[in-house]
Amino acid sequence: MDIKVNVREAPGDCYVVDLSGEIDVYTSPKVKDAIGDLIDRGVYHLIINLEKVRYIDSTGLGVLIGGLKRVREHGGSVNLVCTNPQIKKIFDITGLVKIFGIFDSEDSAMKALV
Amino acid sequence: MNQAVQHAIPELVELRIPSRAEWVALARLAAATVANRLSFSIEEIEDVKLAVAEACTAVIQHEGHGEFIQLTCEALSDCLRIRVHDSGRHGTAVSSGRHMDFDEARIAGLGVFLIRTLMDEVSYDVHPQLGTDLLMVKRLAGR
Repeated sequence: MDIKVNVREAPGDCYVVDLSGEIDVYTSPKVKDAIGDLIDRGVYHLIINLEKVRYIDSTGLGVLIGGLKRVREHGGSVNLVCTNPQIKKIFDITGLVKIFGIFDSEDSAMKALV
Repeated sequence: MNQAVQHAIPELVELRIPSRAEWVALARLAAATVANRLSFSIEEIEDVKLAVAEACTAVIQHEGHGEFIQLTCEALSDCLRIRVHDSGRHGTAVSSGRHMDFDEARIAGLGVFLIRTLMDEVSYDVHPQLGTDLLMVKRLAGR
């Protein structure tokens, strides 16, 4: 079990964080570090691509919430790309669909950035 | 192998893992494997996986947890019954009421909320000397 994290620059002062694998109590620190490093560098508009994430738990949700909280302090935003129904369900039942922008494609997530 | 349990009910699977983050994946996969022996849908199996992972995570994130987590999965004719036992003497982070900062409490709260939402029955059994049991039941649809 592992998580792969790839960070790439996108148009418009935005970065995309591609995640692949499983995000749980063991792997979420790696995701937290990647997002935290970007914010420390002054990147406040993020797209986090969860298309290749097979599993996420509350610690993974916590990392995403923490990232969102930090970028919002700087007027930034975090949009998620998510097509996995099981993962969408977790955002749905926790009510996080109301605080994250969740999109079916990277293009639509990019267009919706603040 | 994906045959529903028919002739060997009840079946009991026990697993003891170190109370460390890197072992939670094994616990959730074990629970999913037992759930798969019953006639749960893929979505329900994912519910079980997440609930077990959240229970183990709650133990690990609690100060004073035991050295091991004992997972017991019991496949019955109408449900899957799961027990997550922590031999630590102070209950889980959630049941002990220990001080947590706001963000930590919020995430722990999310975990408990998920467990309660995804499973049909959830209860705690706290023994001052023996540790804490989290008991969860997932019923088969229509049973």
